[in-house]
Amino acid sequence: MLTYVLRRFLVAIPTLWGVATVVFIMARLLPGDPARVIAGVLATQGDVDRIRRQMGLDQPLPVQYLDFLGSLLRLDLGRSAHTNAPVLEEIGSRLPYTIELAFVALVVAVAIGILAGVTAAVRRNSKTDLIISSLSVFGISMPVYWLGLMLIIVFAVGLHALPAAGADQPTSIILPALTLALFSVGLIARMTRSSMLEVLGQDYIRTARAMGLGSGSVIFRHALRNALLPIITVIGLQVGSLLGGAVLTETIFAWPGVGRLLIDSIFFRDYPVVQGLVLMFGATFILVNLLVDLLYAYVDPRIRYS
Amino acid sequence: MSIRASATAESLGATALEPEVAAAVGPSLALRRLLHHRSAAAGLGVLGVYILAGLLGPLLFPFNPAQNHLVDVFLPPGRPGHLLGTDNYGRDELLLILNGMRYTLSLGLLAVAIGLVVGVPLGAISGYFGGWVDIVIQRFTDVLLAFPSIVLALALVAGLGPGLRNVVIAVGVSSVPAFIRLVRADTLRLRELAFVEAARALGAPPARILLRHVIANALAPVIVQATLQMGFAILVAAGLGFFGLGVQPPTPEWGELLGEARNYIFSDPKLATFPGLAIFGAVLAFNLVGDGLRDVLDPRLR
Repeated sequence: MLTYVLRRFLVAIPTLWGVATVVFIMARLLPGDPARVIAGVLATQGDVDRIRRQMGLDQPLPVQYLDFLGSLLRLDLGRSAHTNAPVLEEIGSRLPYTIELAFVALVVAVAIGILAGVTAAVRRNSKTDLIISSLSVFGISMPVYWLGLMLIIVFAVGLHALPAAGADQPTSIILPALTLALFSVGLIARMTRSSMLEVLGQDYIRTARAMGLGSGSVIFRHALRNALLPIITVIGLQVGSLLGGAVLTETIFAWPGVGRLLIDSIFFRDYPVVQGLVLMFGATFILVNLLVDLLYAYVDPRIRYS
Repeated sequence: MSIRASATAESLGATALEPEVAAAVGPSLALRRLLHHRSAAAGLGVLGVYILAGLLGPLLFPFNPAQNHLVDVFLPPGRPGHLLGTDNYGRDELLLILNGMRYTLSLGLLAVAIGLVVGVPLGAISGYFGGWVDIVIQRFTDVLLAFPSIVLALALVAGLGPGLRNVVIAVGVSSVPAFIRLVRADTLRLRELAFVEAARALGAPPARILLRHVIANALAPVIVQATLQMGFAILVAAGLGFFGLGVQPPTPEWGELLGEARNYIFSDPKLATFPGLAIFGAVLAFNLVGDGLRDVLDPRLR
């Protein structure tokens, strides 16, 4: 197990390095002069030059790259061009909101998704299966930004039942969490259904049934446990789409997390914050999937010995 | 000699009765089965209506961006001459949506084309050659996959600037890794099969083996993935438009229409309803057809 953990860590490191490099390339090689943007339209050439020197943009690219990697290792992401606060602080103050939103959405998605998927698989080709499978396709086809607007129109504007925006009431999280969860619900339900169908066709399930075990015990103790492995992988990969969906959801519902910060920073042309956030999104995805891989190896001994 | 050798290898490829290759079906049979597949037929029907409306709509009701009727703003649906009502500039909503069709559909199509052209060869090369080539391409894919598609697309558009071409590039780049992964996995399987080995033994050059024997036999899952990716590309591209970072007004791209309508959700909710419904319908249609294609082309996954 320890060898496996070490090996997975060693693969994650070059990926993290690659993520940092891609962000560096995007920040430096794309057209546009960050120094001029940060200085603003009214700045003199002298101001622009001073900012360029401060940011190290007058150095040759390889030097800039090494500086960039060096400051990353010290967790120094620079300062916001908009508020002048350290980027790490800006992100840190918004991160709890995104974690809360993504966590609630993931719990909702896993609970509904697995239940719906198991139900559809057990009643294969029935009306229930047709309805669940159709709703799953609807879920993965729904534009998050449109669903959010529709929920606001119905529940906030029409029924006055729930707040349309902000995070200042306990009920504020309901609409954004539902919006964010729907895509993952559809995906997890589909994955659970096909994974369950595969397992339910196996001999040991027939044996368990033949031995007279109750159907609840067969489905949950024998089938679901074996169907869980691919489902766990999908849930791990969902962290990426949840973070991406959070960018859209948070902006629609004025939820003060990192997703909305990304959109705001793009509009303020606050490149240090954009760069820091893109890095954070990439690194989070890699680390979460590293954890999922380790969990996977823990659940399934075949993996760590192969 | 070498011409005859590769010709022999090709005929071997065409007739080889490897069980997995034999399971694949020809185009006409696949189409017939697709039309009998309930959800795929529904998806194809929706797409047919979309394409017809997208082609005929602009011809019958041309869109003139300068044509604002500031008297008839925010008309509700059902007024004579304005089936879906009018928007904040007094523009007919139905006319906007009909004229926006081609932008949304071509954005998806072009972005997926980039994904195919870049991703398929890279995946085949990665799987076929293995070794350090494989390692480099796979780590590159890991890196691209680490960014959520919408975040990667947003970051690229933030740097490149908005507009049709840059949206296509941004969404295209974010759809590359899925194709690399898919084709690599199939190539790993195919390169061990007898007909590929035969082609190699007969001295066919690697480029020819990859194109005629590996990629040609990996097409079924690629077609399925490309169809599903169309829906996803439309979602991401319209998302960029929604934030005002995509195709710019007055082009009536659906995401852009939806983004503008967001300012009026309290006063005129219908403006947000119709463009979003149009996007949803298009994505749903591609997902249904993609699922159907998977059932028809790839019986192993049924």
